[in-house]
Amino acid sequence: MHLWPGFELRVALRFLREGRMQTLLIIVGVAAGVAVIAYISALITGLQSNTLAKTLGAQAHITLQAPDDRVTPAAAPMPGASVLTDTQPRAQRARSVANWQALLPLLEALPNVAGVSPMVSGAGLALRGEAVQSIALMGVELERYDRMVGLRGKVVAGVARLAPGEAIVGRELAQDLGVRVGDRLAVQTSTSNESLRVTALVDLGVKDLNRRTVIVPLRAAQNLLALPGGATDLDITLHDVWVAQQMAQALRTQFPYQVESWQENNAQLVSALNAQSVSTSIIRAVVLAVVVLGIASVLVVSVVQKGREIGILRAMGATRGQVLRLFLVQGAVVGAVGSVLGLLLAVALIWAFTHFVRGSDGLPLFNIHLPLGVAVRVALIATVCGVLAAIAPARRAAQLDPAQAIRI
Amino acid sequence: MNAAPAPAASAASVTLIALEAVKKSYNIGKPSEAEVLHGLDLRVQAGEFIALMGPSGSGKSTLLNILGLLEPLTSGSYLLQGEPVQGLNDAALTLRRRRTLGFVFQFHHLLPAFSALENVTLPALMAEGRVSSVQLERARSLLDAVGLARALDKRPGELSGGMQQRVAIARALVMEPALVLADEPTGNLDTASSDEVFALLRRIHAERGTSFIVVTHDPRLGARCDRKVELVDGRIAQDGPVAAEGAGAAVGAAGTSGLDASESQK
Repeated sequence: MHLWPGFELRVALRFLREGRMQTLLIIVGVAAGVAVIAYISALITGLQSNTLAKTLGAQAHITLQAPDDRVTPAAAPMPGASVLTDTQPRAQRARSVANWQALLPLLEALPNVAGVSPMVSGAGLALRGEAVQSIALMGVELERYDRMVGLRGKVVAGVARLAPGEAIVGRELAQDLGVRVGDRLAVQTSTSNESLRVTALVDLGVKDLNRRTVIVPLRAAQNLLALPGGATDLDITLHDVWVAQQMAQALRTQFPYQVESWQENNAQLVSALNAQSVSTSIIRAVVLAVVVLGIASVLVVSVVQKGREIGILRAMGATRGQVLRLFLVQGAVVGAVGSVLGLLLAVALIWAFTHFVRGSDGLPLFNIHLPLGVAVRVALIATVCGVLAAIAPARRAAQLDPAQAIRI
Repeated sequence: MNAAPAPAASAASVTLIALEAVKKSYNIGKPSEAEVLHGLDLRVQAGEFIALMGPSGSGKSTLLNILGLLEPLTSGSYLLQGEPVQGLNDAALTLRRRRTLGFVFQFHHLLPAFSALENVTLPALMAEGRVSSVQLERARSLLDAVGLARALDKRPGELSGGMQQRVAIARALVMEPALVLADEPTGNLDTASSDEVFALLRRIHAERGTSFIVVTHDPRLGARCDRKVELVDGRIAQDGPVAAEGAGAAVGAAGTSGLDASESQK
């Protein structure tokens, strides 16, 4: 026996060429299916990564905080005594994550952790002249914080710098207060106040955040919020955002802190993304099924049409296996050629999307592209589906009785 | 090429086919069960040129299919080149067929999508997955031998019926089979083409020593074979050399005895 399927390949290609119209139609069908699958994959991947980037760009993947203060329950009453209890919930004061300096290197050493940033956050007021704005005060170590949310990339004016006595403020807040880079503003909290020089204005992507954010050095925030040496949050970023939930769970069992993953803070977003992924998968599966049925029906017809030729081939010495493979190869070729055309079509569709579909600001809604890996995978799956579709017709061809087939 | 008759003569003693008490039934176990062959005995020596004749429905095609390993026999025994073929699976039968047998059918049955040369090289392609230069050369010289040296690249649709049948003959010979089975090879042709094709078969027989079993309705062609086997109702009614019979029993008395005599004189 030989290994190189020269016979199967040659005859399969020739059969396909011979059935011009049939072959053309089914290849166009496969191409359309592949294009839809590739386009929808690229679109949804682009949409989701865009949504995720927007959501996660300005927040930590996992946040670690000190546990809430709890009311210690009163001692159980003596048997026979009746007690009236009125439990008042505790007011939650700002508290530091205990021992965070020691925790930092520990967290950084965990697999998948891209960065850890300590933060002191609390409420305050920003004052300038007669303007007063309530603010969210964030004390950070600039380098670590920048690594986490890419703060430097969001600077719209000035240079991001946080020496003692300096601050970075949101764009809208600066407008409201009428400050420019280099101006000073006063920050007041319930316990303290400080005058800070603005070094940069940032756009965090959400107006509401821009209107409230004042970023100061860690130490300044510690002073302002009366948490000397403390940190209210440890923000953790991950290389793979999807392990956040798992990791938060693990951290919760390991440390006595309050740990939250971004999924828990954005439950609606996560379920929306999941719903999207599921419906995309369903669409892809249905399209694939249609493609498989299309290829199969064309090949079934071809087997019937070529019954006599198959009989001749068998009489001349083609084995059942060769006839079987002859039709499997046809399925594979239709799948492969259709895939290539379909991918080209998908690229064209994506190009059209990015060039003609624009948001209200005239910019592309979001960028989508077809990753090579996805394209190769789609092509492979379509080709395999071609072979699968050919199995039933090929078996039928292989089982033909040559004596009968020739007599027809 | 002229050296061929010698080996043919010396091989004449080798038994190519030995059938004993061969029966063939269709639709076994159903109400429509029918026995088509009722116990045939037939021996074919290497180098013979046999006409298989008989009325329609006498079982000629069935016998040819059995000889060609395209259909299994129901009972009896069949030795091909001394080896039994019963109980072989489909793959083994296919390989035997590939090695020892060539087929020519009534409706030439070339693959329309392939050129004449490609049709002829197909058996080689399916045997080895590629066509070696030796096989390609052999296919060319065979097409040359059947007078189609100029039609190598023509598709079957561009060739006349007689030419198509000659391509089919070249295809049957490309694997150098010991035996060629021809089912009404001239049944679809006019008299002139038919004579031409038949003469070609005789020439190949003479030059190469290939054995032939030719199913034919045409007594004129039957008379031009060396031996005639006549089937009637699934039994061998007559089996003998053509020359002796043609002289005695006036079977071939269709006015071709002159040609017949000159042909079988050899």
